[in-house]
Amino acid sequence: MTFLAQSPTLQDFGHDVWWLVLLKVVGVFAMLLLLTLFTINYERKVVARMAQRPGPNQVGPNGWLQSLTDGLKLPFKEEIIPLTADKVVYFLAPVISAVCAFTAFSVIPFGPMVSIFGERTPLQLTDTSVAVLLVLACGGMAIYGIVLAGWASGSTYPLLGGLRSSAQMISYEVAMGLSFVAVFMTAGTMSTSEIVRAQANGNPVNLLGLEFTAPGWYAVLLLPSFIIYAISAVGETNRAPFDLPEAESELVGGFHTEYSSFKFAMFFLAEYINMITVSAVCTTLFLGGWRAPWPISAINDGMFNQGWWPMLWFFAKVLVLLFGFIWLRATLPRLRYDQFMRFGWKVLIPVNLVWILALAGIKTLQNKATDDGTRYTIIGALILAVLLITLLWPSRTPAPAPNLEEQLARRPKGSYPVPPLDLQVPPSPRTRRDVAERQPAMAGGGAATDETGPANSDEKEV
Amino acid sequence: MSLSAWVPIVGLLVLGALFSLFSVAIAPIVGPKRYNRAKLEAYECGIEPTPQPIGGGRFPIKFYLTAMLFIIFDIEVIFLYPWAVSFNALGLFGFVEMLLFIGTVFIAYAYVWRRGGLDWD
Repeated sequence: MTFLAQSPTLQDFGHDVWWLVLLKVVGVFAMLLLLTLFTINYERKVVARMAQRPGPNQVGPNGWLQSLTDGLKLPFKEEIIPLTADKVVYFLAPVISAVCAFTAFSVIPFGPMVSIFGERTPLQLTDTSVAVLLVLACGGMAIYGIVLAGWASGSTYPLLGGLRSSAQMISYEVAMGLSFVAVFMTAGTMSTSEIVRAQANGNPVNLLGLEFTAPGWYAVLLLPSFIIYAISAVGETNRAPFDLPEAESELVGGFHTEYSSFKFAMFFLAEYINMITVSAVCTTLFLGGWRAPWPISAINDGMFNQGWWPMLWFFAKVLVLLFGFIWLRATLPRLRYDQFMRFGWKVLIPVNLVWILALAGIKTLQNKATDDGTRYTIIGALILAVLLITLLWPSRTPAPAPNLEEQLARRPKGSYPVPPLDLQVPPSPRTRRDVAERQPAMAGGGAATDETGPANSDEKEV
Repeated sequence: MSLSAWVPIVGLLVLGALFSLFSVAIAPIVGPKRYNRAKLEAYECGIEPTPQPIGGGRFPIKFYLTAMLFIIFDIEVIFLYPWAVSFNALGLFGFVEMLLFIGTVFIAYAYVWRRGGLDWD
């Protein structure tokens, strides 16, 4: 394989000359800013098309400079800091958000070894043996930016938004972290460039005597992990349908309600960079990274996997994932908070743990070192465990619905009388009349009352 | 392995910090200022803002509970990572050990579930 020689290993990092490091740092930084400006427009255009509108089309060619002009406008707007705000924290919160968003991108691989001004170097800012942990750490630190922003504003809506956001992000960070475990298990490393390399070749699989080559992409090989990652990434970036921290209908703007001018722009920037980062991580860990997709990768002995071509595949994959984000936003309504938290804790986490154990079991069975006796012991133990769990699983009997008297008695003493939760409001006389008019054959007798629900006798006389 | 591979991370961090600090600091200088008492009050859709103690006051215990559960599971994730990376080297021993570990955490998880710690009401 000629193209594998092009693939960087961990030894290739950390040897760049200082100007090359500087060039790469500025390059990644500028790329993030440009990509953010592009993504904002991209989102507005796609959402507009999905809603049968033209979207921004006035500023620049086809409206593509709209987000740039919006960004340039913001610093020249008045900055309003509420009197109740905690000034220092209020000032630092957007900085924390933006810095975490920028830093997380430093380990994303864009391509193989290339030569820049005669220096041979990997097309990646840097890589370490714990690179994915850095991305997770930045995601964890980003929570501080949002929580502190909500707390320091000294206002009700931001505080609620910040609290919600903290609970949401830590819940989905667990699911996200667990979805990586299967990838590390299969790739045997936590470095991003090595994970990309591990996905280069298909794995030969022998299933029931049938030899075939499984695709190398972990999105195919580890499909449950991919799905869980995709869901938790949306939760982690606070995007629709999981955008509860900034639920406009409840919390105005959520944690950044009290932010204006360029501080608001920092939060906006951080949100979009986070979106790009999770898409890039998804590309790297599950979609084969910068490597060309299958039919293209076979052309001319991997010609398109060399040099600067991989940048194209990388950005194409990221843009497809970003389109997925935007599609979700344009399509799905927002979840209720309790449904959202229940989904994270009661579905994603246990499914993830069971999947990891199943994968570990399969891998141990496949291992050549394991002898047959141990294999049967493992299979037997697994079947026994499943049987035990199904036998001992407590069956849940639904609690009987309390009747009116019980509900009244449960009320705190001296509280204002409220109607019971399952109160059935009898239809108004006008509704009943309308229904009767609509169905003249059923108008007489009890048929109409059946249609409109239980009506008590005194209502009838009104 | 030397630490030189970490330098670019610090570089990007510093650049990001400089950029965001600069823009956050420059905005009040270049932006206009038009004093208005009502503008400086906390925004609450136009009504008189609810007086709120600085420092948050009281909020539902659920948020604390979620944070504590997060610590348990995040530590589990952190223990899983090195195991996953060296999974092939550990073989059957590693598998059984992790089975016991995840089993222990799973008992705690089932307990929390049954006690209603995962319900948000």
